[in-house]
Amino acid sequence: MTDTPGAPLLRLEGVTKQYGATRALDAVDFDLRSGEIHALMGENGAGKSTLMKILAGNTGRDSGRILLDGNEIDIRNPGEAAAHGIAIIHQELNTVPSMTVAENLALGREPVGRFGRLDRRAMVVDAQRKLDRIGADVDPRRTLGELSVGMQQMVEIARAVSEDARVLVLDEPTASLSRGESEHLYRIVREMRAAGTGLIYISHRMEEVWDLADRVTVFRDGRLVGTRDKSSISPPDVVRMMVGRNLDDLYQHDRQNQGPVVLHVDGLGDGAQIGPVSFAVRAGEVVCLAGLVGAGRTEVARLIFGADRPRTGSVTVNGTSVVPRRPQDAIRAGIAMVPESRKDQALFLDHSVVDNIAVSSLSAFSPRGVLQRKQIRAAAAAQMSKLKLRANAINLPVRALSGGNQQKAVLGRWLMRNAEVLILDEPTRGVDIGAKSEIYDAINGLAAAGRAVLVVSSDLPEVLGISDRILVMRGGQIVHEMPTAGATEEEVMAHATGTQPKEHPHD
Amino acid sequence: MTDNSSGATTTRGKPTAAGAGFDFAYWWDRVGILAVLVVLVALMAVIAPNFASVDNLFNIARSISINAILAAGLTFVILTAGIDLSVGSIVAVSGVVAVMTALAGAPAPVAILVGILAGAAAGFVNGALTAYLSLAAFIITLGTMTLLRGLAYTLTDGQPIVSNTLNFRDIGNGYFAGIPAPVVVMVLVYLAAWFVLERTRFGRHVYAVGGNAEAARLAGINVKRVTCIVYVIAGACAGLAGVIFAARVVSAQPTAGTGYELDAIAAVVLGGTSLMGGRGRIYGTLIGSVILGVLSTGLILMNVPFFTQLLIKGAVIILAVAIDGLKQRPIRRRANAVPTGAVPAE
Repeated sequence: MTDTPGAPLLRLEGVTKQYGATRALDAVDFDLRSGEIHALMGENGAGKSTLMKILAGNTGRDSGRILLDGNEIDIRNPGEAAAHGIAIIHQELNTVPSMTVAENLALGREPVGRFGRLDRRAMVVDAQRKLDRIGADVDPRRTLGELSVGMQQMVEIARAVSEDARVLVLDEPTASLSRGESEHLYRIVREMRAAGTGLIYISHRMEEVWDLADRVTVFRDGRLVGTRDKSSISPPDVVRMMVGRNLDDLYQHDRQNQGPVVLHVDGLGDGAQIGPVSFAVRAGEVVCLAGLVGAGRTEVARLIFGADRPRTGSVTVNGTSVVPRRPQDAIRAGIAMVPESRKDQALFLDHSVVDNIAVSSLSAFSPRGVLQRKQIRAAAAAQMSKLKLRANAINLPVRALSGGNQQKAVLGRWLMRNAEVLILDEPTRGVDIGAKSEIYDAINGLAAAGRAVLVVSSDLPEVLGISDRILVMRGGQIVHEMPTAGATEEEVMAHATGTQPKEHPHD
Repeated sequence: MTDNSSGATTTRGKPTAAGAGFDFAYWWDRVGILAVLVVLVALMAVIAPNFASVDNLFNIARSISINAILAAGLTFVILTAGIDLSVGSIVAVSGVVAVMTALAGAPAPVAILVGILAGAAAGFVNGALTAYLSLAAFIITLGTMTLLRGLAYTLTDGQPIVSNTLNFRDIGNGYFAGIPAPVVVMVLVYLAAWFVLERTRFGRHVYAVGGNAEAARLAGINVKRVTCIVYVIAGACAGLAGVIFAARVVSAQPTAGTGYELDAIAAVVLGGTSLMGGRGRIYGTLIGSVILGVLSTGLILMNVPFFTQLLIKGAVIILAVAIDGLKQRPIRRRANAVPTGAVPAE
């Protein structure tokens, strides 16, 4: 690392990339210094990932130059990227869970002895060296799949970062990490910065960007809006650059008419770590389950919906009690759930938008089992327009939609069924700000229509912005309940972490 | 989820930003397999003597019908991302059961029905074990494949039961309005299968379970029941195929249907149904069966030796699947985002 401090390590000049009719990157000039953390921000589809793909050698550029240390380079495939010392950490893990840490670290370049015999000892030694380099405390002989997601990500980083890695690109690295694991990642990232590596850090989380970054670059619609020193701007400035408007408008809602209790959860638990929990949600009310990752919020949501089988307690909807042994029971009672992972748990990616929306309502549209296709189409289209889901998308496979539109399709599924109770588990995760505000509109609309809404969210500004009441969970229990009016992020966090006695006994 | 003439809902819509140029995936999906068939038939008509005669075309249709009926049932199973290796053995068992029922004095319709029910019962065993005990379909049906073959041998004592007066022989050898009866049955089976898959709630559930079983469960679909039923359907189709086979050879053969499961799987896959589930069309399966049938018959007419026929058939199957894989490529790339950034620099 002999770069003069502050000199550009990597420079992009006029880089342009066209996909069909859309210009994914439009004459982008960007530079990265050695020894800096440079955050990339922007809504989904703004061009961040295209830039990353070009640097990784996964896609070519149409025009423009890439300079490393002032010398023009070409990155035609991932191998060349690695040869230039450019390493990429993708959002999804690219490791083999059934193999050991050492085997994963050696993948594709296993050390072999005579007659091609695998040299396991050299493999472990080499793995230990790689893990030490990034300060990851992992036993290389353990099976990867037994490690936490955070630890697996450390292994991924150890693998990507070779001795001569000079540029490291991280794409939403903390998306699936707990707070402790994230802290560890931040430490590693900072150490690499101190060692002179140039880091490009892609993230939606303003908080961590503000913690880590030296400079921030914002993309919008394939164009680079601006690069700023962090010291010269504030988070609201960045948001304005991203969307061209203020964030405060995002959470505006006016909710007054709360009706009777619709959902009543009584002593629900899995007989082990979760519960028993009891609470109620009124018609027209939005209640948030807050807490840290692992506090049991998703588990409670799944128990109410019968996605997991409750061992204790029951659920009452509008006075009718049900023990949800399976999702069908809950759905019949009028409960709907938008699960945590859209792609794994909610969507049929290859199937059309109309099929995805209609899938839970087919009984109402199929006398004697035969589908009334015109009516189904019309009903699905009605939900689409209500949710501002692109109308021309009705026949597209859902895979082709953006994250926000995919989430609207899942919401539409339950709106079409007219569910009384909606449980939304992280409804805006991985969704850009534009779609976020439309999902909030939909939530407000549900409340206004007298539905009971239960939201699980890890995003504290969101929790405070959209709910009427907050239930804080810790260790599988509801430890605190408070009205949202007057609550602060610090207060919620204090109860979630248990760092403060319960001093606001509510009701 | 599948396209149809009125264009209601499509599995894979016309690509949005296809840009300029020919979209291979889009057109292959629609007409590719049919184009292959047309080319093949044209080729055969030119090269093979007597290929294009009415008699021969009827012959082809008749010889295709058994595999096509098996493949129709199997399409349901494969659409749910399952597999059924036992359908060939079910052909034998149900044929034996139908013949024994007929010989016991039952009228033809009853014998036929009992044969079909025997197949459905075998399918129920496959389905129940797969769905309710969550066992791997491949292993379960590998087991029942052997078990049912053993049952066929046991019932017949290892000997064919020949009955020249078999009362339901017409379903294999007769004609209906001048068309061979098995062909009529095949067409009816495909119309029914098409209707169930495209026009009923159950059909939609089959696609949903294959597309994403967990999402289907959380959407309120009874995944276990759907899974169980598709094996019953495959079993019933195999039962029907077994009855037709027995009628054609006018006997109960314990060795009937040996290896048929592989031809049926080949027809389904050739027809564009994904072994990963959730994607495919029943009409593709029919065309897949016809391609395999035309190929065999044409090669026989051309006096191509049997060994060479196998070579050619195998190559055609691999080619078809390769083209299918090629067509999936752009989608798969999007799905898995991007490969690892840690590719070793050699």
